[in-house]
Amino acid sequence: MEKQEYTITLYTENSIGMIGRISGIFSRRKINIESLNTSPSEVENIHRFTILITESEEVVRKLCRQIEKQVEVLKAYYNTDEELIWQEQALYKVPTDVIAEKAPVERLLREYGASAVVIRNDYTVFETAGHREEIDKLTAELTKYRLIEFVRGARIAIIKDSAGFHSKLKQFEREEPAPEMVENEFLDQGDKVFTM
Amino acid sequence: MSTLEKTETKPQEETATTTQLSGSQAVLEALIHEGVDTIFGYPGGAIMPIYDALYDYNEKLTHILVRHEQGGIHAAQGYARTSGRVGVAFATSGPGATNLVTGLADAMIDSNPIVCITGQVFASLLGTDAFQETDIINITTPVTKWNYQVTDATEIPSVLAKAFYIAQTGRPGPVLIDITKSAQLQLFGYEGYSKCDHIRSYRPKPIVRKEYIEQAAALINEAKKPFVIFGQGVILGQAEQDFKNFIEKGGFPAATTVMGLSALETSHPQHVGMLGMHGNYAPNVMTNECDVLIAVGMRFDDRVTGRLDKYAKQAKVIHLDIDPAEIDKNVKTTVPVWGDCKETLPLLTGLLQPRDHRAWLAQFRELEKEEIKEVIHNELNPTTEVMTMGEVIRVLNEVSGGDAIIVTDVGQHQMVACRYAQFNSSKSNVTSGGLGTMGFGLPAAIGAWYGAPHRDVVAIIGDGGIQMTIQELGTIMQFGAKVKILILNNEFLGMVRQWQQLFHDKRYSFVNITSPDFVAVAKGYYIDGNKISERKDLYNAVKTMLDHDGAYLLEVMVGKENNVFPMVAQGTSVSEIRLK
Repeated sequence: MEKQEYTITLYTENSIGMIGRISGIFSRRKINIESLNTSPSEVENIHRFTILITESEEVVRKLCRQIEKQVEVLKAYYNTDEELIWQEQALYKVPTDVIAEKAPVERLLREYGASAVVIRNDYTVFETAGHREEIDKLTAELTKYRLIEFVRGARIAIIKDSAGFHSKLKQFEREEPAPEMVENEFLDQGDKVFTM
Repeated sequence: MSTLEKTETKPQEETATTTQLSGSQAVLEALIHEGVDTIFGYPGGAIMPIYDALYDYNEKLTHILVRHEQGGIHAAQGYARTSGRVGVAFATSGPGATNLVTGLADAMIDSNPIVCITGQVFASLLGTDAFQETDIINITTPVTKWNYQVTDATEIPSVLAKAFYIAQTGRPGPVLIDITKSAQLQLFGYEGYSKCDHIRSYRPKPIVRKEYIEQAAALINEAKKPFVIFGQGVILGQAEQDFKNFIEKGGFPAATTVMGLSALETSHPQHVGMLGMHGNYAPNVMTNECDVLIAVGMRFDDRVTGRLDKYAKQAKVIHLDIDPAEIDKNVKTTVPVWGDCKETLPLLTGLLQPRDHRAWLAQFRELEKEEIKEVIHNELNPTTEVMTMGEVIRVLNEVSGGDAIIVTDVGQHQMVACRYAQFNSSKSNVTSGGLGTMGFGLPAAIGAWYGAPHRDVVAIIGDGGIQMTIQELGTIMQFGAKVKILILNNEFLGMVRQWQQLFHDKRYSFVNITSPDFVAVAKGYYIDGNKISERKDLYNAVKTMLDHDGAYLLEVMVGKENNVFPMVAQGTSVSEIRLK
């Protein structure tokens, strides 16, 4: 199976050491995490991890099962880019004189929707958010104009089809336990399999 | 709230519902509430408050002072395996805690319910490279089902309740609770202990879906050549009888993994032997002949499957497992029956239609004859001058009648014991299956005896493995575990030597190991023993060992360069199993 970008979304308890526990599942298999973001989620006291990796679907599915096995992980989802609304944020520090003197730079920043966060005599800090390619392009352009510092944030993503975790969470409470499906390629094919 | 208000309300609350306990006392209260009676441990600086409290709990909790923390956790594993209960080990911080790591990894991969309590430096010293400080939480994260560091004593009752719940539910595993010395000393208002029965982020076992059961039953009922392979899940799920009902109603041949041994008595007419690298000929070959492969509580370890892309490709695979991560992990499943086999097996049995598979079963017996002729007969009844490991096991079977608990270490003797030992009842096989930990045998046997003190416990160990944890003879000496130690001495690290012979042109590189006078060593520990090297002495020596009231060490000299066969060589298919 071909490798492609997958975004893994985890809902976890907010406990110490979770990042280590989760990242160990990847590093043990020598899989590089391209970006990792942790944040609160739509549900109070439940944390959301967004992890970006490039792997085959089979590997990602197995990883998610191993992750879900962790006691403090409630749920692991994985999605391709098409199934997500996603963004990455970037900050650029550029010498202020370059912007003042060189018209193309200002045009460039406007073109990429970058906005100034701090303007000082010696430097200006811009921020922008978008997809990786746009940020990479802007970075390459600014490098030509004495880019002093650059940092890009981890990917954050919203799952298009998700109804959020509030209702899902109920299945984990004692009162309303619900059966879980094991995804299985043969079961999904139904009749084709069960005639011998 | 002002400080004044606090001091005014506090005393009232305490007299009404709480008593003052130290964190250490709370730990021991938790153990008692969880039904723990035996602890394997070793004290040290950072766990001294717990040991101090233990002084007063002497009557309720038996503490076995091991000689090394690795021995402590292996003993806890042995205890868990023969008793079916949670094994408990104590260790101090730093080196005490790191010495647990091998045992944790072993318990993790073999799904043993274990709770380890480690001492930790004062909370104020965490991260300062204090004396005997080590970051045991991070060290043990990949080898524990769950771990947690306690810095506040008020957490102790609920954390230990969680620890015991997690260790023994779902797919069992080891849990480590690291408690700072300050939390052990801290006094707090103890409000009693309540067991844990729910953690929202933890789903120990799923609600069984009926459609899985129905689809699995449909496949099985249509099968011409169904074959059941079972593992330790049957024992862990306490589903031995349900399993037997299942295979008996269906008439299926059934083969075991190393870890599943003793779940079904060896003499059962449908038991067709052991799977895997040194398993029996028929089950390995027939894996690639069956049309429906029904895997119950096993995880398709590479030692069982051999080459995966040539494993049971012709078969529809039904996989009953409690751990969803095991489904499709190594072998693609046609129908996953995710659930506790204690629940799923009876449901499945209920849907079985009686079928006659006697002719199919007879095919296994035909292949078995071949194995008996080529391998087993010579191994069990050798004509060579020196003894074989197999004949020692045969004699052990004769003397024990198959009622003994067999604990093994790792290597050739382990495979021979697993192949030939007779098991009449469940929880009788204790071995390090997944991790293959040399040195496991002796301490595990000690724990196994405490887990089942009225049964005979025979630890079968090689001359290599015994030297890894031989210090535990001291534990036997001091506390009197009636463990029978049967050393099969071939004066080699036999399994590695076998591989060097077969795959490395007989270049014997550091497999020649010399041994001390084991009987003299045992004598030094006031343990009786004997050494034999002639066949005529074997029966009586084994009988003397088993009849002896107390621990006993019997060293048997066996052929130096004997190999374990059959063998599925690494990188080959199970159907390419070699008989020689």
